[in-house]
Amino acid sequence: MKRVLQGNEQEDGGGTSAGSQETLKRPCKQRRENDLEEEGTRWECLPQEILLHIFQYLPLLDRAYASQVCRGWNQAFHMPELWRCFEFELNQPASSYLKATHPDLIKQIIKRHSNHLQYVSFKVDSSRESAEAACDILSQLVNCSLKTLGLISTARPSFMELPKSHFISALTVVFVNSKSLSSLKIDDTPVDDPSLKVLVANNSDTLKLLKMSSCPHVSPAGILCVADQCHGLRELALNYHLLSDELLIALSSEKHVHLEHLRIDVVSENPGQQFHTIKKSSWDAMVRHSPKFNLVMYFFLYEDEFGPFFRDEIPVTHLYFGRSVSKDVLGRVGLTCPRLVELVVCANGLRPLDEELIRIAQRCTQLSAIGLGECEVSCSAFVEFVKMCGDRLTQLSIMEEVLVPDHRYGLDDIHWEVSKHLGRVWFPDMMPTW
Amino acid sequence: LVLLLFCELVARVPWASPTPRAGDMVVNTIHWFRKGLRLHDNPSLRDSIQGADTLRCIYILDPWFAGSSNVGINRWRFLLHCLEDLDASLRKLNSRLFVIRGQPTDVFPRLFKEWHITRLSYEYDSEPFGKERDAAIQKLAKEAAVEVMVRISHTLYDLDKIIELNGGQSPLTYKRFQALINHMDAVELPVETITSEFIKKCATPISEDHDEKFGVPSLEELGFETEGLITAVWPGGETEALMRLERHLERKAWVANFERPRMNANSLLASPTGLSPYLRFGCLSCRLFYFKLTDLYRKVKKNSTPPLSLYGQLLWREFFYTTATNNPCFDKIEGNPVCVQIPWDRNPEALAKWAEGRTGFPWIDAIMTQLRQEGWIHHLARHAVACFLTRGDLWISWEEGMKVFEELLLDADWSVNAGSWMWLSCSSFFQQFFHCYCPVGFGRRTDPNSDYIRRYLPILRGFPAKYIYDPWNAPEEVQKAAKCIIGVHYPRPMVNHAEASRINIERMKQIYQQLSCYRGLGLLATVPANPNNGASGSNVAGVSTGTSQGPGGFSEDQSIQEGTSRTGTQARWLTLLLFKMYNAIKILTCY
Repeated sequence: MKRVLQGNEQEDGGGTSAGSQETLKRPCKQRRENDLEEEGTRWECLPQEILLHIFQYLPLLDRAYASQVCRGWNQAFHMPELWRCFEFELNQPASSYLKATHPDLIKQIIKRHSNHLQYVSFKVDSSRESAEAACDILSQLVNCSLKTLGLISTARPSFMELPKSHFISALTVVFVNSKSLSSLKIDDTPVDDPSLKVLVANNSDTLKLLKMSSCPHVSPAGILCVADQCHGLRELALNYHLLSDELLIALSSEKHVHLEHLRIDVVSENPGQQFHTIKKSSWDAMVRHSPKFNLVMYFFLYEDEFGPFFRDEIPVTHLYFGRSVSKDVLGRVGLTCPRLVELVVCANGLRPLDEELIRIAQRCTQLSAIGLGECEVSCSAFVEFVKMCGDRLTQLSIMEEVLVPDHRYGLDDIHWEVSKHLGRVWFPDMMPTW
Repeated sequence: LVLLLFCELVARVPWASPTPRAGDMVVNTIHWFRKGLRLHDNPSLRDSIQGADTLRCIYILDPWFAGSSNVGINRWRFLLHCLEDLDASLRKLNSRLFVIRGQPTDVFPRLFKEWHITRLSYEYDSEPFGKERDAAIQKLAKEAAVEVMVRISHTLYDLDKIIELNGGQSPLTYKRFQALINHMDAVELPVETITSEFIKKCATPISEDHDEKFGVPSLEELGFETEGLITAVWPGGETEALMRLERHLERKAWVANFERPRMNANSLLASPTGLSPYLRFGCLSCRLFYFKLTDLYRKVKKNSTPPLSLYGQLLWREFFYTTATNNPCFDKIEGNPVCVQIPWDRNPEALAKWAEGRTGFPWIDAIMTQLRQEGWIHHLARHAVACFLTRGDLWISWEEGMKVFEELLLDADWSVNAGSWMWLSCSSFFQQFFHCYCPVGFGRRTDPNSDYIRRYLPILRGFPAKYIYDPWNAPEEVQKAAKCIIGVHYPRPMVNHAEASRINIERMKQIYQQLSCYRGLGLLATVPANPNNGASGSNVAGVSTGTSQGPGGFSEDQSIQEGTSRTGTQARWLTLLLFKMYNAIKILTCY
């Protein structure tokens, strides 16, 4: 017990744990006085709330050991406060290097503490068995009211491998029984429209966060129903095929709170896929309603699929291009993304992005973070870009190979020049020559 | 501990003038070759010879262990070439190489006794396993009253001094490492090559049956099947290394460009000026290479001071040796304080497909084929396959990839191999993870003609360049015309790269958000600010507070993370790592 507490103090850097240190000292003093009075009662005299405080610092396993010390500690072990948050780790030895939550513990939680659970997440490895186990637990959570539920795949998503009906019936148990769900993270799962309807019917007043990227069984109508009914929704993550003008209008209705964060994944399943467009007026409505909202877009497209994108102004704030993106598209980004804060380009062709970057520096006056992978930029253009953005560039991650030396700057002197304009020491990201 | 101290002490004492001995005392010396398989710039060998009456150069290997070890045939062949070359060079000096079969701890007590040994010399080994082994040998030597001479010559610097300069901590970033290097004393000059003049007072007793007892073994003797083995693309040995060094410098002088060459189709192939395997086995002294480069630069650039980038290849190697020397778990995820714990997938079938070049991505498969056949691949090709195996596509542990490289890659050194794998899988060293090499696009950009693919994957020879990097997208008639049906003659791609990279970037973000306690929306800010970036380590605050750009208060993952247990082992690990980094920073700012 002592060991862990010390560890915690160190890890926190001493600052945040000062309070807890004080509360710990007092019982010690008390304890010493008690020692003088009568030997033997010192454990019992530790007030429950202090014991609780200590227990909160302990890993579950240590708590379990401590619970075997005496009746009092055993009672403390079962205090509801200690069971509000729980993370079920479901891993199979064949598919993961990580340990799993012990089945006996799971049984005990369901039996004794399921009504205490409020913040629950399932970390599931890539095996179907683990996803099944998660569903089994979910379907037993009948007498609890969760605020947060996260289904997190730590490796290849495995919920998709389950029969849809099996997954849905487990998930709806939680939807029906928890009347005040506020956060739901169900990316990469076979959730569908009818189950979202159940969610809405039971939790529409409380739902604030919904993350459901890559849920192929949901239709635009399904998500629209959520947006129509859940007026407190502030964060939403979904794939582009679920995004519609209607959805944006619904999210910008007067009844709706300001949206804070919209995350869109644009993923292409097959080369040459066609994508719909979103009207500028819909985006405008969104910005009018939620002027500060962040639009995060992750693109995983083939180069020739960008046709419908960046034709009109779009209020995107964070842009990530996970695959090769053409010079042309990056040129359009400079013209259409005035709210851009972060731009990450993983790859581009062999033609330098000089004009494109300079245009982005000119037009995107909020830009403060940029990352460039397999691209090419001439050193001069890059210096110019940095000069224009100046010290608002808080994140500047450029792979060494990106910078092409020219008549003005070589690789050895560019970091000085860039550092000068940034007002801090800067180097390109290096990769080992090995 | 005492042993270690003793070992360090010995390593630091200049042995140029060995302790004077009574005149009648005969000095019989053994030089133990491990790495450092050369006669040029070999300070421990040189010092060992000085004042010695007899010299025996030995190499210890365990033939029984050889066949069953994790080291592949190409690496063994390279080693045997090195030993043969060493033996040939020693013959010219009227000496021989003694290859001893067995294990060092069994061998030495016997040799000490049999040969009346009074002195043992070897090159300092900085790696934790080597240090442990050497400590045991030091102890045996002490028991047998054998004087031990150890000198540093596999690295440019005394790594312990770099760590000392960094306040006792290994530097965690390459930038910090470079800053430290700038404050180190100049690299020591290479010592003179062992010549017959130098060795003339020192005889090697050679028996009639030397070849039978101590000859360099063949691959067959080590239990390898050599039928169908292609000629070595990389012949081992010091002679070859020195020839290559000359060619390397000639070419550099000719192009008169000292910047890192940009990658192109040609650089993918084994080059007759490549040096990395020779540096690995110590057939080439890193200090000789260092000074030759310096001289050439001064000559071409008219005496201007060479930038650190000139020595890139040597310094990266040095960096990983430095980070690994005090970390016995450097090659593991578990128990390794500098490694971020990533919940990698365990998937033996997928791993085998990658290792055997059956992923269905020609670019990846060609690289893995070249690696298996020749034992060397370009460093960017290494990046491509390492990224594909780990954070890019397959989400398989870097430890598995490292083991495959250890088997196949000629220049794989324990420290450099593990360090590079951690680097490429973004498991350490504050790497940004946003960029994944595309297993299609990267190859296509590097070699648009796809000669490389055709060379290593002849089955795809018939495909036009347009489709050869993603042959599954080729229309059926193209596949038929190429006489290669995807899914029949060549596998379909084992993953959907777009999908895999989408999922994996999300996972990396999750992990790093936890590590940096960053709750904003930025991807780049997710990686904790590099505490060593500035020479003064100025952006310390970046690690603790994060440079949040996202909305305050109710942000992306907070409510989800509220629900996660505070005491998860992952979280504890990450905090511990951060804590260690803090300490390192505190020390840095004292400078």
